[in-house]
Amino acid sequence: MTSTKGAIGQPLTRIEDPPLVTGRGRFVADINFPHQLHMRIVRSAHAHARILSISTQAALALPGVYAVWTAADIAEIGPIDFREGKIEKLEPYRQPVLAIDMLRYVGEPVAAIFASDAYIAEDAADLVEVHVESLPVIIAADAPTGEFAPGLSTEAAIVAQGFGDVAEAFANAHAIVELDLSVGRHSGVPLETRGAIGRYDTARDVLELHGAAKVPHKNRESLARVFGRGTTGLHLFEAHVGGGFGIRGEIYPEDILVLAAALRFERAVKWIEDRREHLIAANHSRQQRHKIRAAVDEKGTLLAIENEFWHDQGAYPRTHALRVAETTCGILPGPYHLGAYKATGHYRLTNKTPAATYRAPGRYETNFVRERLLDAIAVRLGISRIDVRRQNLIRKEEMPYARPLCVLEDDVSYDSGDYAGLLDKSLAAIGWDELQDELTARRAKGELVGVGLALFVEKSGLGPSDGAHVRVDTTGAIEVITGGASVGQGFETVMAQVCAEALGTDYKRIRVIHGRTDRIEYGIGAHASRATVMTANAVHAAALLVREKALTLAGELMQCEPALLDIVEGNVVRRDNGAGPSISLGQIAHHLRPASPTRRGHAPGLASDGWFETAHQTYPYGNQIAQVSLDRETGAVKIERYVIAYDIGRAINPLLVRGQILGGFVQGLGGALYEEFLYDANGEPLSVTFADYLIPTLAEVPDVHVIIAEDAPSTRNPLGIKGAGESGIAAVGAAIASAIEDALGVPGVITSIPVTPQRLKRILKDNRL
Amino acid sequence: MTRHDITLHVNGRRYDICVEPRKTLADALRDDCGLTGTHLGCEHGVCGACTIIADGETVRACLMFAIQAEGVELRTVEGLAQGNEMHPLQKAFVEHHGLQCGYCTPGFLMLAAGVLEKNPTIGDEELRDILASNLCRCTGYENIVKAVRAAAAEMGAAQ
Repeated sequence: MTSTKGAIGQPLTRIEDPPLVTGRGRFVADINFPHQLHMRIVRSAHAHARILSISTQAALALPGVYAVWTAADIAEIGPIDFREGKIEKLEPYRQPVLAIDMLRYVGEPVAAIFASDAYIAEDAADLVEVHVESLPVIIAADAPTGEFAPGLSTEAAIVAQGFGDVAEAFANAHAIVELDLSVGRHSGVPLETRGAIGRYDTARDVLELHGAAKVPHKNRESLARVFGRGTTGLHLFEAHVGGGFGIRGEIYPEDILVLAAALRFERAVKWIEDRREHLIAANHSRQQRHKIRAAVDEKGTLLAIENEFWHDQGAYPRTHALRVAETTCGILPGPYHLGAYKATGHYRLTNKTPAATYRAPGRYETNFVRERLLDAIAVRLGISRIDVRRQNLIRKEEMPYARPLCVLEDDVSYDSGDYAGLLDKSLAAIGWDELQDELTARRAKGELVGVGLALFVEKSGLGPSDGAHVRVDTTGAIEVITGGASVGQGFETVMAQVCAEALGTDYKRIRVIHGRTDRIEYGIGAHASRATVMTANAVHAAALLVREKALTLAGELMQCEPALLDIVEGNVVRRDNGAGPSISLGQIAHHLRPASPTRRGHAPGLASDGWFETAHQTYPYGNQIAQVSLDRETGAVKIERYVIAYDIGRAINPLLVRGQILGGFVQGLGGALYEEFLYDANGEPLSVTFADYLIPTLAEVPDVHVIIAEDAPSTRNPLGIKGAGESGIAAVGAAIASAIEDALGVPGVITSIPVTPQRLKRILKDNRL
Repeated sequence: MTRHDITLHVNGRRYDICVEPRKTLADALRDDCGLTGTHLGCEHGVCGACTIIADGETVRACLMFAIQAEGVELRTVEGLAQGNEMHPLQKAFVEHHGLQCGYCTPGFLMLAAGVLEKNPTIGDEELRDILASNLCRCTGYENIVKAVRAAAAEMGAAQ
């Protein structure tokens, strides 16, 4: 049956899918314009060097090459700005579009080739000679600092947050537990590499960027500033997007280059990244070292946490500036009470690919760090890992729970949650108590088996506002125009379901527009798990206004109070006589045409804008439990069972929520066990293909038991929803680390992730296991 | 570099194209035949996004040159549906949420189609082993396995 009321909450199939399964998708590489040029980037082969000269003659001489640019050719374009505006202290560290005088990481853009064919462009790139004087490299964020430029330290900033009297808490502590923990360098690595096409419409004086993603409207503002254009003369167009995960859709040098070249050459310019480029040029993420210590009383109550961390930013700050490091400070306490807190982060530049956000930025890292700390406290005080957590959990009757901390410039205030209740569900699902006996029996037979858990609080729905436009045409077809973005998460389906619920129509008849700055003035895109919370609530508001207008006119035409009317399958009917007279939404739209004689004084069009505003983010939460066995021979970690419990407030589409959780989990598994961007001592990247950067395959993936709870709807939006996108990944490193340590039976031995087979074998050997 | 006139046979159609010997089959399908359903994820044969069927065998289109495919019957994702009627695998991927961004999907569909055509009653373990040869970054794989299983059951029942 067609879905009308009740579209929200149903596990409906996606409206996105038919083109994608039939080869009709349109990803950026699939888009072509007449007479387009192909761009190829010449990248630095040096981690740190001074440029002496760049020789481009041989490349220029190659037939088919149209132009070769170095920094001097785009001198009018400044370094890449921060998305959220000026940050005085970081300004001198920003990355130039093409390297000026200095090379700071392998992969840094040095020159751009423009040619008639992508193969020729690549040939020409090999002919560009870059002569350099090598300089010493800094590869580790916790190594001594150096100079970025005269008078500028490679410690570009220090971030700090905290509250309470930490010194006093430590002075009065029953015990102090200290750990030194590290999270490896890994990132989103979507299966589709990046791509961008610049096009200049000379007839209309409009500059276009195709292949936009994530935050098209924000990026339009930034790019309009770069090119000194009004935003009306610059439009971004999202194609199908082959995965985002935080890294795609930020402004990179290549985006600016294709636009600058399109303007100058008055030809479309297409750039498609290859995989090696992606692994050394797109944003890295995660890498941090934390020296954390906790003051606790005899029962394990957290009196204070003091944390000093080193954030490995790579060679330059990118569009997010300090965001990941700041989130790290603000979100670390998670679901626990904490008397006093002090976090200090060293934001350090190293000669590696620059870093920024990757799905659950600052949380994947801090969940690992905090939950390792809780495990260590349990060991120190001889209490169970469950009890130490229960003891400290914020209780549901304390909600909303505010802390004097800040995440994404928003004061932390958890809106709702029953952390202990959800923990009970997971423990029951895995049979925690019986499992301890089972594992003990297996250990007695010589197996290395263990179980671990981690709790977490997510954040989603960053405000302050988002709008949408809903319109019905005279055939009854509905268009929902949003400033959102789709990175593959099912955005269209979710928006259509919310609109269908409000308008009483089939969600499959709804066309959802996103990622197009020419269709709507404002938009928040898709990041920070905002889309469903912010944009869906805006769509809901707009659809309710359209509904009201439809019922008002229908009431006049049907001579009936609007309150007595309902919309069922796209037709307005009397609630008391569904089989009686009806009028379709298409007919109502026809009555509302500007020239319609039956418009009855209403504003033209069956359409409305709708807005949603919120003062604070909303905070979903969850927990994860891992059961693992270790292979002494190979150092492999086998995930035997895995439980993820997540309270989403209200699931618009449980099928898609589950999909987000499972997909996130497998990405998290990569960061916990396999994925790592490694460098040698000279700053040469060692993870440059899928043969050395190991994304989990089906062979590594266990069955996962997913519990989607709706116990604590958000109190901050009418639909009660919280975000889903970052839940699956958030605590995987934490839970698996806990389980491995339990299997080893050596407290404090797992201090870093990923726990690769090589590292596990060394740990096994060192501990004579 | 000299170009060569070659003829490709894809999804039962003939494509007369002119390519350099170094042009990969994947690029020729996409650029010269206009069949952009075959995607490139790594261009070195690891990710499997470009998986197609060549003379009944699943192959990575990024690891073949176009000129090597002369005289070979090629099948890509565009040839999977019969007109507007989707292949059971395509329907099952939709039904079981076996895709998110959809970038790896054509590769998985062709990988699965190739496997099920050869061995319709393939066991779970062997199927998982084969599906582990392609990468997906969104779904976590579980729903892909479910979808292929469901399609296998439907294709078996139809025979």
